[in-house]
Amino acid sequence: MSARDQARSIVEPAPFSRRLAALVIVVYALVSSIPLAWIVATSFKTPNDAIAYPPKLVFTPSLEGYVNLFTARTRQTPEYLASLPPPETWYEELVRKRNMVITGPSRFAGRYANSLIIGFGSTFFAVLLGTFAAYAFSRFGIPLKEDLLFFILSTRMFPPIAVAIPIYLMYRQLGLTDTQLGMIILYTAVNLSLSVWLLKGFIDEIPKEYEEAAMVDGYSRLQAFRKVVLPQAATGIAATAIFCLIFAWNEYAFALLLTSGLAQTAPPFIPNIIGEGGLDWPAVAAGTTLFLLPVMIFTILLRKHLLRGITFGALRR
Amino acid sequence: MNETPASSDSRSRRAPPAGGAALRPGLSDRTVAWLFVAPTLFLLLAINIFPLLWNVYLSFTNFKANAPGRPLRWLGLRNYERLLANEDIWASMQVTARFVFWSILFQVLLGFALAWLINRRFKGHAFWTTVIVVPMMLSPAVVGVFWTYLFQPQAGIFNYIVNFFYDFGDFTMIGDPDLAMWAIVLVDTWMWTPFVMLICLAGLRAVPDHLYEAAEVDGASSWRQFWTITVPLVLPFLMLAVLFRGIENFKMFDMVVELTSGGPGSATELASIYLKREAFEKWRTGFSAALAVVLFVTVFGVANIYVKVLNRVKER
Repeated sequence: MSARDQARSIVEPAPFSRRLAALVIVVYALVSSIPLAWIVATSFKTPNDAIAYPPKLVFTPSLEGYVNLFTARTRQTPEYLASLPPPETWYEELVRKRNMVITGPSRFAGRYANSLIIGFGSTFFAVLLGTFAAYAFSRFGIPLKEDLLFFILSTRMFPPIAVAIPIYLMYRQLGLTDTQLGMIILYTAVNLSLSVWLLKGFIDEIPKEYEEAAMVDGYSRLQAFRKVVLPQAATGIAATAIFCLIFAWNEYAFALLLTSGLAQTAPPFIPNIIGEGGLDWPAVAAGTTLFLLPVMIFTILLRKHLLRGITFGALRR
Repeated sequence: MNETPASSDSRSRRAPPAGGAALRPGLSDRTVAWLFVAPTLFLLLAINIFPLLWNVYLSFTNFKANAPGRPLRWLGLRNYERLLANEDIWASMQVTARFVFWSILFQVLLGFALAWLINRRFKGHAFWTTVIVVPMMLSPAVVGVFWTYLFQPQAGIFNYIVNFFYDFGDFTMIGDPDLAMWAIVLVDTWMWTPFVMLICLAGLRAVPDHLYEAAEVDGASSWRQFWTITVPLVLPFLMLAVLFRGIENFKMFDMVVELTSGGPGSATELASIYLKREAFEKWRTGFSAALAVVLFVTVFGVANIYVKVLNRVKER
C-alpha cells in the first residue's frame, strides 16, 4: 500500500486543482438534486402553494397531498357539511376544510401493492432461473455457448413497444392480459438477460477449485453447487436481485399496454392522479416521492455494484 | 427436430466431461448443464422468440388486433412498401436521430468532465458520486411526469430559475415546438449523465499510473498527457457507454410519453411513440408489425457494426 502511494505521488493532483474539482462536483451534485428535492417539497404543499407564482420556497407544510393520494373525495355544499357530525380523524378534518368529504380509499394503495407483488415475484424467478443458467454457462462446456449468451443479451435490445404487439396478442389468447401472473412472467423474461449476465460474472469470480475440492470429498455436482457455490455467490445474487427489482419497479411500457385495472402497477397510474381542474400536483408529488424513495435507498445499498449492474457485467470496477 | 445433423454435430464437438466425473455421485455434468439452462432458454423462446416470429408473420398480413374476426389477407411485402413511402415514419426517424445525437453528445461531454474531476480523488468524492448517480436509477416514466411540473410556465421551478438569470418572459419548454426537443434532451441528460460518468470513471481508474509517471519524466505537458494517454485509453469505455445509451435512447418511450406525449404536433414523436400510436390507437397491427421488424433490424444491425468497431478500438 505505502509503496503504491509513493509511486503515485508524482501524478497526485495538486491540492488546488483538487479543491477546484471538489467544488465543481459538489455544485453539480446539488444542482442536479434540485428536481428531486423540489418534488419532495411539493408533496408537502397545499394545492394552492404548489401552483403559486413565484414558486414558494418557504411554505407551511401540509399532509394534504398524501391524504389526497390515498383517498377519494367528493365536494359538498356547506349546508351538508354543517349537518355532518364533527370529523373523527385529522385527515377528515383536513378534507372538510376544502368543503369535501372522504368517500373511500383511492386506488393508489392497490397499484403500489401490484408494483410490490409483480416486482418481487418477477425478481424471485429471474434470479432463480438466472442463477442456474449462469452457473451452467460459467462452469460447463455448453455447445454454442457464446451464441446463446449473445442471444440472451439481445432480447434486451428490442424496443419494448415492438415486442409488445405480439405479446399483447398472445396474452389476450391466453387470458393473461391485466393479470399479476402475466406481468410476473413477462418481467421475469425481460430480466433474465440481466440476471444471467450479471450472475455469470459473479460466479466466474468464484474459483472452480472450491467445488472441485468438495466433489473430491464426495459431494455430487448439485451438492457442491448448493453448499459451496451459492453461499460464495450470495452478495452477487443479492446485488442482481436488487437490479432486477429496480427494473421491474420502474417499467412502464409493458405495464401501460398490458394492464389497465387489476394488475396495473404504479408508474402508469401516477400521472392519472387527477384533482379538481387538472392534475393534483401535491398528490402526484406524494405518489412520486413514495414510489421513488425505495429506489433511492437501494441505490445507496448498491453503490459498490452499480457499474457492474448498469453495464450487464461488462465492467467490474 | 432435436436430432438434426447440426445439433448432433455440435454435441460431438463439446469438450469431454472433467476427469473422474463418472466416479462422482449424482447427476452427470451434462445433465446438470442442460437442466440448469433449459428453463431460461424455454422462457426466452416462449416470451421472446415465438412472439418475434409471430410478429414477422403478422407484418405480411392486414391483421387488425381490434377486429380479430376479419378475414386475414396475405399482403406480401405491401406493408413494407407503404412503410418506406410513409413520410410520417421518416419524420419520426429524424426526430429519433436528433434526440439520440444531442442527448448522447451532452452526456458524453458532461459525463467525461465529471468523471475527470471526480478522479482527482478529493475528500468525500465517493459520497458525492452516489448523490450524482441517483437520477439514473429512477423510473423514466415518473421522471417524465414530475418534469412536466418543473417545466410549468408559471409555477415551474425550471422556468423560474432560467428567468432569474435572464428574463425570457413567458416560455414553455414542452408546449413550444422549437423547445420541446431540447426539453426531452435536457431531461435525458439530467438522468443519464451519471451513467456515462460512472463508465468513464472506471476507464480513468484503469489507466496505469506509470504511464503518467513516464510522461512526467519525459517532460510532457499535462495537456499533452491528456490527449496522448487519457483520451485514447478511456475511449473504449466511452464507446461502450455510447453503445448502451444509443440503444436505450433509440428505444426511448416512457420518459418522453409522459413528458410531451410526442408533441406538440409531432415535434418529439420518437419512433417508439409513433409505433405505439399505429399499433394501439389506430390498431393497424400488420403495418405496425412491419415497422417493428424494421426497428429490430436497425438496432441489431447498427449495434453489431458498432461492436465490431469497438473491438477494433480495444485491440489498438
